[in-house]
Amino acid sequence: MMSPPDDKPIPMSPSSETAAASPSPASAMEAFKDDLLKPYPKKVARKREKQIVVNQNKPNISLPQIQANVRTIPGIITQRGCTYAGCKGVVLGPTRDIVNITHGPIGCGYYSWLTRRNQTKPPTDSDENFIPYCFSTDMQDEQIIFGGEKKLKAAIQEAFDLFHPKAIAVFSTCPVGLIGDDVHAVTREMKEKLGINVFGFSCEGYKGVSQSAGHHIANNQLFKHVIGRNNTPHPGKYKINLLGEYNIGGDSFVIEELLERCGISLVATFSGNSTIDAFENAHVADLNTVMCHRSINYVAEMIEKKYGIPWIKVNFIGAKSTAKSLRKIAEYFGKQELTDRVENVLSEEMPAVFEVQNEIRKRCQGKTAMLFVGGSRAHHYQDLFEEIGMKTVAAGYEFAHRDDYEGRRVLPDITVDADSRNIEELHVDPDSDLYNPRKTPAQLEILKKQGVEVAGYEGMMAQMDDQSLVLDDISHHETERLIAHFKPAVFCAGIKEKYAVQKMGVPCKQLHSYDYGGPYAGFKGAVNFYREIDRMVNARVWGLIPPPWEQSAAATGSPGTLADEEDPDLPQSHARRRTPVAGSDE
Amino acid sequence: MRKVAIYGKGGIGKSTTTQNTVAALAEMGKKVMVVGCDPKADSTRLLLHGLAQKTVLDTLREEGEDVELDDIRKSGYGGSLCTESGGPEPGVGCAGRGIITSINLLEQLGAYAESNALDYVFYDVLGDVVCGGFAMPIREGKAQEIYIVCSGEMMAMYAANNICKGIVKFAEAGGVRLGGIICNSRKVDNEKEMIAEFAKRLGTQMIHFVPRDNDVQRAEIRKMTVIDWNPKCVQADEYRQLARSIDANEMFVVPKPMDIPQLEQLLLDFGVLEVAA
Repeated sequence: MMSPPDDKPIPMSPSSETAAASPSPASAMEAFKDDLLKPYPKKVARKREKQIVVNQNKPNISLPQIQANVRTIPGIITQRGCTYAGCKGVVLGPTRDIVNITHGPIGCGYYSWLTRRNQTKPPTDSDENFIPYCFSTDMQDEQIIFGGEKKLKAAIQEAFDLFHPKAIAVFSTCPVGLIGDDVHAVTREMKEKLGINVFGFSCEGYKGVSQSAGHHIANNQLFKHVIGRNNTPHPGKYKINLLGEYNIGGDSFVIEELLERCGISLVATFSGNSTIDAFENAHVADLNTVMCHRSINYVAEMIEKKYGIPWIKVNFIGAKSTAKSLRKIAEYFGKQELTDRVENVLSEEMPAVFEVQNEIRKRCQGKTAMLFVGGSRAHHYQDLFEEIGMKTVAAGYEFAHRDDYEGRRVLPDITVDADSRNIEELHVDPDSDLYNPRKTPAQLEILKKQGVEVAGYEGMMAQMDDQSLVLDDISHHETERLIAHFKPAVFCAGIKEKYAVQKMGVPCKQLHSYDYGGPYAGFKGAVNFYREIDRMVNARVWGLIPPPWEQSAAATGSPGTLADEEDPDLPQSHARRRTPVAGSDE
Repeated sequence: MRKVAIYGKGGIGKSTTTQNTVAALAEMGKKVMVVGCDPKADSTRLLLHGLAQKTVLDTLREEGEDVELDDIRKSGYGGSLCTESGGPEPGVGCAGRGIITSINLLEQLGAYAESNALDYVFYDVLGDVVCGGFAMPIREGKAQEIYIVCSGEMMAMYAANNICKGIVKFAEAGGVRLGGIICNSRKVDNEKEMIAEFAKRLGTQMIHFVPRDNDVQRAEIRKMTVIDWNPKCVQADEYRQLARSIDANEMFVVPKPMDIPQLEQLLLDFGVLEVAA
């Protein structure tokens, strides 16, 4: 009953024209890559060549190598964000009861104000929730010249006096690093003075090649200043932490409810719908489950070393993956009672999901998707598309590293360059009192044989088809050419790309903010996503509104403006008509 | 109005030379403004008979945006106008940004306006051009001529050569030119000849050789320029000569910085090692 229905193979040919013109799909894709690189200056092409890979996914052949986590080429119009955004916005931002103060000019704080996407649910109305607030030291010329430490101290004091929070965190923006304010000395002093946890992050925006550096810095400080401060035993029987789940659109709520129904206790989530108390107590769990490998694997590794808690990769995006993840957790604990309960929940949930899948598959089967987003989402969301018969023809991350593409097996081969060395690497030893390996090496070996690999992640490319395209840190030029060439039914990215993509007549689904929709996690979320994608890819609106350049063509009497609109069976016909990109080879 | 910036190695005597020269220019009847661009704010001490000046940045910090020119510009010896940028304590903040803010504010307040009828503005800038802020006085539209204070000591010449590299960059972008090297003697052997040759190699001139004279110290301890303290002493005439040379100067060049082996060879040629031997 668990097998998905109607699993027809999906034809691979990206577009009939190009497939016909080329001798084989393999060389067609390589030829497309060559075309993509052609307009670049030599040096740029040489670099991008390594970051664009035609996937080879065949038995007994290792995945091709991709270059990732390297500096963006200036001018390519990257999707990437800054180190401060990765630290403050992504990892720490979703926690509701830490007052997060941005030490910097007001714009940094304002534009990283998190009211847009990360949800949280305090138990009662009177419980703390600082997510709707935006705290900033509002640095001015005066602080740049004379130093901002005094104003930072005053801001911490003011936040404390007004809110009496359990913890205050300070995030450094670019100028703080330039003028040399010592945020760590200030937070140390204020921690002592106020008697609450106060800690700082040297996450100046320019510090890494992308927001990824900010994730690492956030992980380090969480580990140094937060995790392990509260040893109170947790009453749960099967205790886990959920790492790298940020409660976009209420995803965490769905997962929390699922886990609870299965009898699995969630000690802490990093950091969707989270609290500082839960963080400080996280080391009492018996298993760490990692959703977004890129942003949080550092904490998982460090907890393992210090406390002996293993971690496994999970994915609650997609019905199949959700089921698989719950089963993995049950297998880890190895208790029949838990396995039964998980199976029970799955049998309650899955039929309804399959029903919707079957219905929507009829309308979406064979359509194509592209995902260029994040450091795990471009991988995870492929499951959801697969479940409604849609194929991912091209995908890539904004800020991931090679292990997120090729799997953790490549970790020993990743060259640590100067940019990565710039980020502190904590040395962690087993805790003299609290280190307690939850599983013996023998037990872990058995688990691995059962398919529960501790500290394992296969990466995105292992799941993608042979001859699909993988692009790291995609440029605007490449985005345009990909859309023009493959005419995907939907393009998944973020707000910066959304309208550029939609002006080309292709709907764009934001996977950072979910376009204020969601949740998309778990079974309930999967159904939401199927319906949302059905709505988007089958909306005729994309064909009904001709873009400006076509309107002017119509005005001058050029043929064929709205010809294809009449045929309801050709929902993508609009895309075929168009030559959306200036200089496109279509 | 001529806008002049004085650069040179830290401790070489930039502020002392600038103020003594300004005093001489004032004595000649020139209207001169001095803008101190050093966080220590001691570029106008001799003209004002003490550290009486409230800095531009301190005033801006305390008064907010409501700052008048009179709050930050004091009248000193011979009708000279004195301002100090000021800046942070050592080890905090960004002194360079302070200079930028300060000079911008002076411009906005009309410190350089025609109505001031200024003949000269002197920027006295801290040590080396360590960052963009300390290059502010020689950016486009600011100082057009630079004098480097130097001595025959190797590190002073090394610094002067480095400053020339900076000037080349700004000369290309803006229009600033090197007006000459002021040799502030440290009684190094063959100093005058060596610096004259050094200046020549840089494509400029030694505009004046200021001999070492303890009268400078005597005046300084009294918080005065030499001319102010004892207009009849020999050293006063030296500064008068320097002022006249600057006033009559017509040699403004884009310098040709030397490479390090060339610079070292120059020192060897002028017999620095002979004393040791």
